[in-house]
Amino acid sequence: MKMRALLWAIPLVLFLGLAALLMSRLGTDPTALPSARLGKPFPEFQLADLLTNQPLTLASIKGKPAVVNVWASWCPSCKEEHPALMKLAQQGLPIIGLNYKDVPDDAKAYLMQRGNPFQVIIADVDGNLGLDLGVYGAPETYLIDAKGDVVYRYVGVFDEKIWQSQLAPCYQQLLTGGEATLCQ
Amino acid sequence: MIAELGHFALVLALVIALLQATLPLYGVYANIPALQRFARSSALMQAFCLILSFAGLIVAFLQNDFTLDYVSRQSNTLLPYYYKISAVWGGHEGSLLLWVLVLSLWGAAVSLFSHSLPREMVARVLAIIGMVGVALMSFILMTSNPFNRILPDFPLDGADLNPLLQDIGLIVHPPILYMGYVGFTVPFAFAMAALLGGRLDSAWARWSRPWAVAAWCFLTVGIALGSWWAYYELGWGGWWFWDPVENASFMPWLAGTALIHSLAVSEKRGVFKAWTVMLAIIAFALSLLGTFLVRSGVLTSVHAFASDPARGMFVLGILTVVIGGSLLLFALRASHLNSESRYALVSRESFLLVNNLLLVTATTVVLLGTLYPLIADALTLGKVSVGAPYFNALFMPLAFILLVFMGLGSLSNWKRHDIRSFIPLWKVLAVAVFLGVALPLFFFGTAPIKVMMSASLCVWVLLSIVRDVWLKARTAKQGILAGLGRLSRSYYGMQLAHIGILVTILGVTFTSNYSIERDVRMGVGDSVNVGPYHFEWQGIRDIQGANYRATQAEVKVSKDGELVSLLHPEKRIYVVQNRSMTEAAIDSGLFRDVYVAMGEPLDNNQWAVRVYYKPFVRWLWLGALMMAAGGILAMSDRRYRIAARQATPVVSQGATAK
Repeated sequence: MKMRALLWAIPLVLFLGLAALLMSRLGTDPTALPSARLGKPFPEFQLADLLTNQPLTLASIKGKPAVVNVWASWCPSCKEEHPALMKLAQQGLPIIGLNYKDVPDDAKAYLMQRGNPFQVIIADVDGNLGLDLGVYGAPETYLIDAKGDVVYRYVGVFDEKIWQSQLAPCYQQLLTGGEATLCQ
Repeated sequence: MIAELGHFALVLALVIALLQATLPLYGVYANIPALQRFARSSALMQAFCLILSFAGLIVAFLQNDFTLDYVSRQSNTLLPYYYKISAVWGGHEGSLLLWVLVLSLWGAAVSLFSHSLPREMVARVLAIIGMVGVALMSFILMTSNPFNRILPDFPLDGADLNPLLQDIGLIVHPPILYMGYVGFTVPFAFAMAALLGGRLDSAWARWSRPWAVAAWCFLTVGIALGSWWAYYELGWGGWWFWDPVENASFMPWLAGTALIHSLAVSEKRGVFKAWTVMLAIIAFALSLLGTFLVRSGVLTSVHAFASDPARGMFVLGILTVVIGGSLLLFALRASHLNSESRYALVSRESFLLVNNLLLVTATTVVLLGTLYPLIADALTLGKVSVGAPYFNALFMPLAFILLVFMGLGSLSNWKRHDIRSFIPLWKVLAVAVFLGVALPLFFFGTAPIKVMMSASLCVWVLLSIVRDVWLKARTAKQGILAGLGRLSRSYYGMQLAHIGILVTILGVTFTSNYSIERDVRMGVGDSVNVGPYHFEWQGIRDIQGANYRATQAEVKVSKDGELVSLLHPEKRIYVVQNRSMTEAAIDSGLFRDVYVAMGEPLDNNQWAVRVYYKPFVRWLWLGALMMAAGGILAMSDRRYRIAARQATPVVSQGATAK
């Protein structure tokens, strides 16, 4: 009889567990995704360029501060941020594309239509580099310094406002060779 | 001034709700009929105050009263009046006010349509609805008051409504969806009242059943409207994204579907009572959880309003007290619920139980998928989320099994069913498999195995339903027509709703397997073939809307050389927020939609254009409408109307006895 009475309390116990879980997550910002790579070197890789098929490694993107944009032709939000990338590229910002888990032909068709803002495009067909980098989904935008360390990460649609308010100060600091104190 | 009146009406409604939540319960405890009857009048007064309060907010929007913080964030002088009204529920504060308004309307409806019920039962039910109202209204007044003023430095013009929400879909989708969400408070309140009173019999199930079905109908239509809105307004051509907020409305729907079936068993056979009560709690809990997920910002979503931990904490507090309390009551009282009858292994009871378990499994699948990012984060597995592949992989087999049992369940008898009567169904199955393979091949030329399975199952259930109607009607001596007329409305309602689900599943199957999507570059004279259709770009022109500028294209769609339609997709720039929006142009039909959405302008006067051919996509929403129509038909069944009429004298007796 006692055991049976306990049986009826199972839903209550399950619910209290759920409530505790929700409580522990409150106040944590789900969009603030701490990258495992923040402050650490960009992962090593050996992949090919999407358009030229030339081999690419970490050494080929190191040397100067640059923006790394994770994109794919299957990602609707990438289309939304594309015009902003085009504009920044025209202003001379070096943007490295990381084509994430995409079909190369689809990706090429996508760029044919919309224009190519990228200096080089790492074709990460299997998504292994993305995994090493800690990519949550496309689009994501990273800033790396001349040493190849990841100093900034932005998740979601990237636009000029975010560039002006968050990335540009950080990028300027990197260019002048100072400590990247404005990057968080 | 108007805003202050609205604010005052809201405070007054809270006070009335407090009285409604306490006095009638004391009246039941101390056996004071006058206090019990107070539940009825207080529910009506509360609804009246909230209507006033809501009207006050609407007037503030129409008068462009930007001294109200909420109005200044949601509206703008350029906004057309109908969007000013819908902007009232376009943000967090206003949508909560809509939530409590809808709750009070349900309470008023219970008050008006429950004269046949025992006075004590009504007193308890309305007191519990009152408690939920108290919780939500305190939430509004303490953390999210839409009537807060910003004085003296108020903006001269508002920040405008999010252009995505400036649409007919948003005018109707939230109120209908909320009617569904909040409507599950009523069966929940009935279940709680029954637990409190210790009276859980088939009468209780009969009373709460129409309310559960009504809420379910609204929720069905609400979800369908949301999906339809996403389809044409977001411009991606998708109709379901397994977004946390979509899931938040889908979970109560699944639990509610289980609930209305379980209530049927409790009403007819007096079994599964504890299970039914449990489902009533779950359906309501999931509605509240949905509110929490949208408001608290613990999950990312395209729908999420301002995320604010203080608000999240408050909703979580409400959730814990209300659901924790009701589950505690359940734990204490449910063991007293005894079955009133027995049933054999093969019987309608068993089939409904299996369907219930499948629906609860489906609910759990969605719940786990939605909460997985939180669980993973708590266990420090990193930030991950599960997407459509997870849901699709688990939902397809569940839906298939559900279809089988839906077919068998609606054909079988209560108490005991002779399994041999299913044997003739093999012939139906053979016909169904033939049609299920032949139809997709005929329409589309190819048929993957899952399409054939899904189509065969749907056709099989459909034919079984038709056969069942025919067999039942045939027994009448006066002929088939008289036989058809003799069947009850609740029987027709059930079968119509079941056909509705088949229509939706067929729509899902065909549109997800045969849709064609092309991203093309188009300028004057360019054309593209998608599916059997030929799209020709005619040119663009600029147009000026009330609060936006737009570039409108003209695309000629033809099939086999014959003109089908002239489509006019638009790319709009909303001037206040400087946001661009895509207005897709759709030519819809029963068997296919063709859909053109403009992307970005390219060089040489060319545009990136997205062209879709979507077969059977309308069936999704058509099926949902049929489900809701079936529910309404079942609700209008004779036995509910008769119960209402017969019982009227009982109430007047009660009144004179005092």
